[in-house]
Formats: sequence, C-alpha cells, structure tokens
Amino acid sequence: MKFELTEDQKVMQKMVREFAEKEVAPGASERDEKEEFSREIADAMGEMGFSGICFPEEYGGAGSDVMSYILAVEELCRVDSGVGVTLSATVSLCAWPIFAYGTEEQKQKYLAPLAEGRTLGAFGLTEPNAGTDAGSQQTVAVLQDDHYLLNGSKIFITNAGEAETYVVFAITDRSKGVKGITAFILEKGMPGFTFGKKERKMGIHSSITNELIFQDVKVPKENLLGKEGEGFKIAMSTLDGGRIGIAAQALGTAQAALEHAVKYSKERVQFGKPIASNQAIAFMIADMATKVEAARLLVYRAAYLKDQGKPYSKEAAMAKMYASDIAMEVTTDAVQIFGGYGYSREYPVEQLMRDAKITQIYEGTNQVQRMVISASVLK
Amino acid sequence: MEIVVCVKQVPDTTEVKIDPVTNTLIRQGVPSIVNPFDKNAVEAAIQLKEKHGGKVTVISMGPPQAKDALKECIAMGADEAILVSDRAFGGADTLATSYTLAAAIRKMGRVDMIICGKQAIDGDTAQVGPEMAEHLDIAQVTCVSKIDVAGQIVRLEREHDEGYEVIETQLPVLLTVLRSINEPRYPTVKGTMKSNRTVIPVWTADDMNVQPQYLGLKGSPTQVRRIFSPPQRVQGELIQADTAREAAIMLVKKLSEAKLV
Repeated sequence: MKFELTEDQKVMQKMVREFAEKEVAPGASERDEKEEFSREIADAMGEMGFSGICFPEEYGGAGSDVMSYILAVEELCRVDSGVGVTLSATVSLCAWPIFAYGTEEQKQKYLAPLAEGRTLGAFGLTEPNAGTDAGSQQTVAVLQDDHYLLNGSKIFITNAGEAETYVVFAITDRSKGVKGITAFILEKGMPGFTFGKKERKMGIHSSITNELIFQDVKVPKENLLGKEGEGFKIAMSTLDGGRIGIAAQALGTAQAALEHAVKYSKERVQFGKPIASNQAIAFMIADMATKVEAARLLVYRAAYLKDQGKPYSKEAAMAKMYASDIAMEVTTDAVQIFGGYGYSREYPVEQLMRDAKITQIYEGTNQVQRMVISASVLK
Repeated sequence: MEIVVCVKQVPDTTEVKIDPVTNTLIRQGVPSIVNPFDKNAVEAAIQLKEKHGGKVTVISMGPPQAKDALKECIAMGADEAILVSDRAFGGADTLATSYTLAAAIRKMGRVDMIICGKQAIDGDTAQVGPEMAEHLDIAQVTCVSKIDVAGQIVRLEREHDEGYEVIETQLPVLLTVLRSINEPRYPTVKGTMKSNRTVIPVWTADDMNVQPQYLGLKGSPTQVRRIFSPPQRVQGELIQADTAREAAIMLVKKLSEAKLV
C-alpha cells in the first residue's frame, strides 16, 4: 500500500498550486465582497487545460487521471472555492455525463470544447420542488417530429448563464416515475432558453448560480443524452462522481482554514506569548490537522477507486459527507482561534466558514450521503 | 530557427543561506525553482518559435535534480532538454560553467540563437551568458527587452538606466534577457504530462570535447573568501534647491558643520 502521489500527480498539484496562488488568490476576497464571477480566470483555467485533465486525448483532454483532477479542485478551493466549483461543475457535472453516456458525435461536438477549456458546462437537475427528491421533476419534454419541446425551470444551477453547454433533465413519460426522466444536452442561445435572476448566496460568491428557464425550447433529437428514461440513472451516477469533486472542494477549504489558523496562532501575542503556546489553542490545531488529514485520505481513496474502475459510490458519499462536515468544523474553529478578528471581514477565515457550508448541502445533502452510505453498509 | 535556452535551478528564496565554513549555498530544505530570469528566456524562445518555427532546446548544468527545472521548461512549451551533469563539473565558477555549457552547445551542432536570463537570483553575477558567447566566439547582446528576427538579421532593444539602445546583429547570437521582456506563460496540463514522459539525456564530461583542467573547481580561478550580506546603508540626504548655486552653498554649509571641510 502506497500513501504517496505519483510523480505525475505531484507535478500537476504543484502546477495548479502555483497558478492558484499567483492568479486566483490575489482577487479572492474582492470577488467575495463584490459577488463577482471571473470569466477571465475560468478561461485561463481552460487554456491551461484544467477541464481536460481526466479526459482522453481524442476528446481534447490530457489523458491523466481523476486523482490529478481532484488535486486541481483541492488546490483551487484552497484559495477560492467559488473558482474551484466553477471547474468541478464543468468537469464532473457536464463533461463527465457526456463522456460516459454521449454518442461519438456528442462527444466531438460538446465534450471536446469542454475538455479543451473553450466552453464551460452546467448541470440542470434541481427544481424548486425537486431538491433531494430529484425524482419529482416538473420540467417536461415532449417529442414532436425531430425534436423535443422543453418547458419548465431549474434553480440553483452553478455556471448558469456563463456556461455554453448544459446537461438538463426533464420528464418524457410521467407515468413511469423516475424511469420517465430523460437527459438532454442544451446549448446557450437556443430560442426559449433563458436565465433567471442571479442567486444571492451565503458563500462561494465567485461562482455564479442562476435559474434556467425553458419556454418551448426546441431540442433536436440528436441532443438526447443516453436513452429516453435513462435520465435519473445518468443524474445519479453523475452525482456519484461529482461528490468526489465537492469533497475535494471541502478539503481545500478546510486546508486553507488550518493554514490560516496555524500562522495566526503563532503570530498573535496575548499575555506576552503567541496564543499557539496555550494548550487550549494547540489542541484545537491538533484536532483540525487530524480531521483535514483524515478527510484527505477519504477523498483521495474515492478518486483512486474511480481511477481503478472499481465501485466508488459509497466511498464518494463518505468522502463528501466527512470532508464537508469537517470543513464546517475546521473553518468554525479557525474563526474561533482568530477571535474577534475572525469575525471581521478584514481577515480571510469568516469567508472560509461561509464557503464551507454549501459543501454540506449541494450534490446531495449530508443526510442523503448518510442514506447512501447506510443503504450500502446495511444491504 | 534552432534556439537554445540556458537555465539554472536556484533555491526559492531571496534570503539564501550561506554555509559559513565552506562559503557555499546551503541547498538543503530549500525548494528549488527555475531562475525567474530564465523563465523569461524560455518564454522569449517559445514566442520566437511560434512566430518563425524551429525548435527550442533547454540546457542546464547542475546536479541530477536540475532535471525538474528542465521539465518545467518543457511543460511551458520547450521541445527538448539536455542536462549537463558530472561530478567533474562540481564547484565551477562562472568561467568553468560557461566553458562547459559552451562545449555542450558546440556538440549540439547548428544553433541560431542562445538565450539566457540576465542573471541568476542566487549568484547575481550575470557572467555566464556573456562568457559563453566569448567561448563560442559569437556576438552577444545583454539586457535585451525586445527581440525581432527578420531572416538572418536580429533587431534588439537593449535596456539601460537612461533608456534603450536599438542593436542590429546577425545570427548566430547570444542574448541575455530582462524580466521586462515578457510575462512567462504557465505550463499547461498537457505540457506537464508531456514533460513527465520526456526522457532528458544527461551529458557528462566524457560526452563532450572538453579539457579536464578547465572543468569544475580546477577550472575555476574565482576563489570565494567570504560571502556576507553587506550592512544596510543609511539613507543619504538629498539637497534640493532651485539653482545649482544655492544647492552648492547648502552643501558646503552642511559639510563644514560636520567638520568635513
């Protein structure tokens, strides 16, 4: 058993870290303050090939592995999780289902530009009344000659409005329940396909979250992803993989909080000595470091299993649940260690605490993760 | 166009620690990077290749781990890399280094342009580039901030404190470049993957036409007695006046007050 990254993975990690620290970190708190999405950074990541890390070269990727991609997400989220999730929504939630279920034509037309970083992607499943209960979709698609007519809406969609390519789910046969859900590939600019208001969020301000609105959108038959009725299966398997990305996001956020807390506790002097020399603080740091390390092992193992082609659904759920729970704990502890300064927007840790919260909620709430894990363990 | 870029792997710190006994750099525990000026040299070479075609070869003299620096240059877009490494090269000063690198470049055959960073951030001598040009007996232009190539003619801007000179010369030429010449690109994911697969040949003293007495410590006339950080100079006083005459009067007054005149 080897607990070490390969040379390839180490180099990739170093490369993304350098980019993250030089190009992403400097504007992070300003983007948070202004709730600003940076297309410039998204395009720069695209040019460097981040979106193509884990896809084969014939589809514009670099032919590397899921682990390297996960390392990239972790490194980006260490400096700005909104930027990290912009990447992971494109890769895990849009490019991946097209790679796994798309036809050759769909891969050439949609996956290649995504993997080459020329386009951004998004994933439209959640609706106002279909959150955790993703099966109760209201968006409908009706087949008419050579196209489907889509009507309905989606909410809380990462990259909405900015993305060029969308994987969207709709009911094609209501009588069949979840087996009547179908996946489609939509393009920005299709007549009738518009975006609602920008969501104002607690954290991850540098990512864009928006509504998708479909009014008689004509989706050509060739944009059907997989087969009719396979949508729910596609959505669930996409989320299985996506969870590793969210777990990596949580891990990067927690790592950042730990680093800030370590640095601050060594510099902050009270009663004539650095606060880190108080056991109360030192033990908090010990717990935080242990949690981050445990989360890292779970996240990397889930990525490893996916790379090996082994089942990873339970492990991805465990990684997502644990990493996001400890991200919330570690960022909260970091704010505590910073004391009053931690609550101030002048210091970076309050942002990390706000950024961490979403990782316990999206791509399956942590309660859903526990359902997935317990169902697997108890079966 | 055949372009060679010389790079050096340097410790990633502005405060290089010196071993007080041996007067050499303590490298242990300090992460290594590609000398920042050399990244500008690599970027300049890649831009020339993109415009005029050809090949960019990166070369470095150093210990085996200097391969990491060469790999980073390949990840940026250089085509090939060669590591010049041998125990016999150890302890080389700038003269022995430039001699060895010049021999390696001679071995490479046709080379149209050699680009170096102006200086390395650890030694700060800015000597290896110019000395290589002397060994190779080709033209050299230092402190370059702009390169234009038209056929065999190269037009360069050479920066100095008061402005810049425009210099025209013919290929082959050796240039040393400034940080201001460009913004080095980041390595791409594909480039990084390629760099990890690239086999970097290692040339030893036996692979090149060199005389042993000019190599390494033996070939280095420079003897380092002591390396130290100079004490910080106290800020001087600037005398400002409307006319030179007034300024001179103020200066003499101050000097006589200080009993210096």
